[in-house]
Amino acid sequence: MREAILFFFIVVAGTAGELCVSRAMKSIGEVHDFSPRSILSFVLQSLRLPWMWLGIALMSLGFFSLLAILSFQEVSFVVPVSALSYAAGAFGAKAFLGERISANRWMGIAFVCLGVTIVWWSRR
Amino acid sequence: MTHTRRLQLKTIPLILICIILGPLGNVLLGKAMKGVGSLNSATISDLVPIAPRVLMSGYIWLGIACLLGFFTVHMLLLTWADYSYVQPASSLSYLSITMLSYLLLGEAISPLRWLGVVVICLGVFVVGRTPPSTTGAPKDA
Repeated sequence: MREAILFFFIVVAGTAGELCVSRAMKSIGEVHDFSPRSILSFVLQSLRLPWMWLGIALMSLGFFSLLAILSFQEVSFVVPVSALSYAAGAFGAKAFLGERISANRWMGIAFVCLGVTIVWWSRR
Repeated sequence: MTHTRRLQLKTIPLILICIILGPLGNVLLGKAMKGVGSLNSATISDLVPIAPRVLMSGYIWLGIACLLGFFTVHMLLLTWADYSYVQPASSLSYLSITMLSYLLLGEAISPLRWLGVVVICLGVFVVGRTPPSTTGAPKDA
């Protein structure tokens, strides 16, 4: 049960955090100039956005959940199962960022889910 | 030397670094966390003595350093290489994490787990072979 909750945080909070960061980044706009000065101003600008902080908080929750689960589960089990973020990412990106998910991408995601199911069966 | 060939010469080694560094980071985090004892039945108050032990572990910082290195190299790659080129290639990291768990942590990998990992790699590969942006410019198809 605890395992399922931790995986939920790793996959859902981790992905939701990335989506928030992505949303923050898109609102800043594409970066064309990679000089240290403009990168610094880009970082400062991003830290003023609430979406960025929400993203950082959610990604931290995901990271600490990963640490917790690694204390009692095998790395070769945890990391492949957390590939479910590809599915969470696609659903989230569609709902939250309005991205279009192609049939091919759905097929890839179906493969990932199948693989995760197989790895789950190998659980000790 | 052609432009494409030159790009490949710097892209492929960096992808290999990504495929090793990211999984290595996770393996080190796993090693560190196994060292502090199972949190499977820990309560919130148990976390108070465990947190300093986690922070004192050299492996955790080494793991975080590897993950930061991975992140930097990955960002660097994406400044010139297409996401749809980098992402399928990095699907191989699921194979390398399984290999590294076996070699460095002595985890027994059953054939069933290998099969699952190969299917995941395949899935990630297919996900990456799709257009990286669908929102900005109007679709030309």
